[in-house]
Order: sequence, then C-alpha cells, then structure tokens
Amino acid sequence: MIDITNALWVLLLGSLLGLELIGKVPPTLHTPLMSGANAISGITVLASLTLIVRAGDQPALLLLGSLSLGFALFNVIGGFLVTDRMLAMFRRRGDR
Amino acid sequence: MATLHSLASLLSSSLESLRQLPPQVVGDAIDLVSVLLLALGIKGLAKVRSARFANGLAALALGLAVLGLLIQLQPDATAWLWIAAGSAAGGLLGLVMAQRVPMTAMPETVALFNGCGGMASLLVAFGVSRYEGLDDGGWVAAASIVVSLLVGAITFSGSLVAMAKLRGWLDTPAWTQSNLRHGVNIGLALVCLVGALALSSDPGGWPLLLLVLASSLLGIGVTLPIGGADMPVVISLLNSYSGVAAAAAGFVVGSQLLIVAGAMVGAAGLILTQVMCTAMNRSLVSVLFGGALGAAAPAGGGGGGDATSYSRIVSCSPEECAMALENAERVVFVPGYGLAVAQAQHALRELSKLLEAHGVSVSYAIHPVAGRMPGHMNVLLAEADVPYEQMVEMDLINPEFPATDVVIVLGANDVVNPQAKTDPSSPLYGMPVLEVDQARQVFVVKRSLGAGYAGIANALFELPQTAMVFGDAKAVLNGLLTELRALGVGKVKETVSL
Repeated sequence: MIDITNALWVLLLGSLLGLELIGKVPPTLHTPLMSGANAISGITVLASLTLIVRAGDQPALLLLGSLSLGFALFNVIGGFLVTDRMLAMFRRRGDR
Repeated sequence: MATLHSLASLLSSSLESLRQLPPQVVGDAIDLVSVLLLALGIKGLAKVRSARFANGLAALALGLAVLGLLIQLQPDATAWLWIAAGSAAGGLLGLVMAQRVPMTAMPETVALFNGCGGMASLLVAFGVSRYEGLDDGGWVAAASIVVSLLVGAITFSGSLVAMAKLRGWLDTPAWTQSNLRHGVNIGLALVCLVGALALSSDPGGWPLLLLVLASSLLGIGVTLPIGGADMPVVISLLNSYSGVAAAAAGFVVGSQLLIVAGAMVGAAGLILTQVMCTAMNRSLVSVLFGGALGAAAPAGGGGGGDATSYSRIVSCSPEECAMALENAERVVFVPGYGLAVAQAQHALRELSKLLEAHGVSVSYAIHPVAGRMPGHMNVLLAEADVPYEQMVEMDLINPEFPATDVVIVLGANDVVNPQAKTDPSSPLYGMPVLEVDQARQVFVVKRSLGAGYAGIANALFELPQTAMVFGDAKAVLNGLLTELRALGVGKVKETVSL
C-alpha cells in the first residue's frame, strides 16, 4: 500500500496539472480532445493487471481482473484509434 | 567499425546493468517517463498542429506504463493466461469498433468507450472489496473503494443511457420531468450513503451489492431527465467522471501513476464541460438538475414546437435556391445534426467546391454546440476534406452575417433561433446563437417543420428573408448541385475568372 499523504499530494498535483494543460482549446478539437482524454482514462488497465497478479489462485478475482482488463483495454484501444481517425481528417488547404 | 563495436558493447553492458537493477527501480523510472509523455500528450491534443502526434504520444505513454507495471509485478503463468484472455477480448473488440464506426456516430461511441472505462474501475474495486477485504488500510481503503464503485457505476450506467438517447433508442420519460425525479435520485443517493457507511465493517457482503445496484440506478436516474440538447455537456462530464473513477482505482490498488493520470483526465474533463456550458450560456447546475430544456416551457411564448404554431412559412424549391446561390458573392453554410444524420457532408463539400470555382466566397459557421458533441461538426466536415480555415467560430462569423448574401442552414435549428436574443420568455433566451437573421437571404433545409432537439419553435422560419427547402439534407444538396450545373456554374467562370 502506498503512503496516503503521498497519494493525496499526487492527486492534488495531478488535478492542478490537468487544469493547467487544457486552457484554451479551439472548438475544432473539442471532440478529439474528449475522445483522447477518454482513452487515457482507460489507464485503469494498470489496476486490472495489478488485480490479476495479486489474485494468486483465486478464480473469482482472476475472472474479475480479466473482465475489467477487457473493458479497460476496449476503452484504451478503441479510444486512441477513434481519436486518430478523427485527427487524421484535419488538414489545411493544400496539405496531402 | 571499431567505434561501432565499442558502442555495441557499451550498449549491451548498459542493458546488462539495467537488468541487474531491481525491477522496482526500472518500473518507477518508466512510470515517470510515461507521466511526462501523458502530460505532453494532453497538452498537444489541444493544438491543431500537434494533435495527432500528441494522441500517439499518449498512447505510447500508456503502453510504457503497462510495460513498467509488468516489469514490476512479474506475473506468473496463470496470471499471464488471464491477462492474455482479457486483453485479446477487449483489444480486438476495441480495434474492430474503432474501424467500423461511422464518423456520424462518434458521440455515442465515445460515450460507450467511456462507460467501459467506468466499468473497469467498478470491477477492480468490487474484486478487491469482496475477495481481499480492507486489510490494514482502514477508512482510506474503504473510502477509495466506495468512490471507485460509486463513480465507476454512475459513469457506466450514465454513459449507456447517454448512448441510448443519442442513438434514439431511449426517450425522455414524462415522470423524469416532474419533481418526482429529485425525490427518486435523493432516495438512491441516501441508499448509496447507507451502503458506503456499512461497507467499512462488512466489505464483502450486502453493502457492496447494495452500493453497486443503487449507484448504477443513480447513474440512470440523473442522466435520463437531461434533454438531448444538453447531451454534449453530459458526455463531457461523464468523461471527467471516468477520470475520477480511474484515480480512485489508483488508490484502491496503490498506483501513483493511475492517480496522476486519472486526476489529469478528471480535471481536463471538467474544464471542457465548463467551456461547453459557457457556450450554451447555461450553468452546470441547471443542465444537471433543471430537466430537459423546453420540455417544461409554457405552451405559449417561445414554446410549442408543432407545425400549427407557424403562420408565415415560405417554402421554395432547390431551383430557386440554386439561382440565389449563383448570384451570391458570399455564402455561409450552417451545419447541424441534420447534416450528420443525412450523411450529407460530402455533397456539401462538392457544392462548396462548385461555388468556389464560380468565384463565390464560402465559409461554414460552427456553433460550439452544433450537433451532439462539441466539435462534432468540425469532425464531420473535416471528413469531407473541408479545410479548417473555412470553419469559422461563432464569435468571428457573427459580425460577418450582415455582409452575407446567402445563408444555408442545414439541419441546424436551436443554434440559429433569434428568439434566444429577443424573447425573454423563450427557454433558449440568453444562449449565444449564430445571427443568421442578419443575412440578406436565408434558406433553411429541413425535413419537416418539427421542433428542434430542444423542442422549441424557431422564429427564424417566419422571417421575410427566410425560405424553407423541405427535404433530406443530402437529397436537397444533390438537387442544388444538379440545378447549379444546369445553370452552367463552375464551367463558364473557369475561363473567365483567370
């Protein structure tokens, strides 16, 4: 288990970073940004993996972990690919 | 050659020393790099030039994070088997889904992905709570499990409801527009609270199931009453929730990387939600608790969107519209959800090309919340190769409307309703709109006189300079193309204009 004070600091600084990173976004990018951020939130894969490894030989935990990994990875892979598909379409006049 | 050889030996010896490092250290180092890449990725996603690269960067960061974790954890054979099973199923489905889904269905797809992220957090917290208990963590462990369960479940069920509403599978039931819904939701929230409090003493038993059930219902209960016009805000907010759920899962399994990434996404999602609320001149509170826009509006005044309430409607044929276009110098298209439904973006692009070849200046007015998601129209038009300089934001294009000859509104409704500026009794009053009523001539392409997504009548349709062109957007645009070609547009000018 990680130190709780540490974890709370991490939470606080991470939130502040998130607020800072996205200040002004042109409307063109709202949908891709949302979809990209959504893919990143699939980082729950880390939790799923941890759960599977910690499960030992408890089948219920293994199953839950694997299911959760599936859902999270669906989010990650689908999210990044869809975002890429959207962004690939943005070009300026004369590009290509 | 010798230098190459020494370089190779240096590399192999440094790799060797890397292998001798404790996996913990290597894992930590990789974690730090991936947080850095993730932050750069999110930052880059907010700029047009770097967005695609940044998306790849974020994906790389995620891949690195997984690699780092696997180095630290060193799974055994059984674990690998389950990891492979879950990855194959989720990964393949995601791959297929991402390639198959049409651009018009993007909003509901993002909602679906988002819901699955929430589900993942829910499952992790459920597993830990039921089968591992709260070990030594005490209230911290209990609180993080509760948040992960609660927010994960709300994200999942809320996203599915949002998806179903966007797909048209689900209407807004009447009871959700009465005050009854507040009672139901408060009741559900109280049940959640009871479950949460009881969880710390009995992590594996009934409180867990109660909490999952009640929070799932709460997710449905809070999303269902929200009207279609506000769906963009809801998706963005749910996206923020999924970040919070991920951060909570980070507390549950003790992963700092997960906490940082979740917090970043949660905070970024909130900002985006705020941007959208500002664009609609609504507060987040009124979106979430005010019910569907227009549904509660009085029948008189601005409300009542059925065809009988219009008295001065002029309709015209594509032929007349084409003639107006031929004589115009400046044309602005206003795309809306109807364009997406009709898949008419390519026909629109073709029409613009023809007009441009004729010497007409063409631009597209993009309302921040046109469509079902912020930036929805930009994505749609970009698919049809519209250069993004031609897509002009509301604040920039509004002063241009008085100098515009022809405006063609394609399947947009509420975002061009002049009542938002003039009629204080309209539910839209105060929402910034595209001031197309300032243009010399307005054509509204629409399938029928039905009300907009928000269910409000549109005064624009009755203005003297407005004419309705009834029909599916794609059919009408193709009709316009035929008429314009018949008029010789595009051919004659090519020789003259040079």
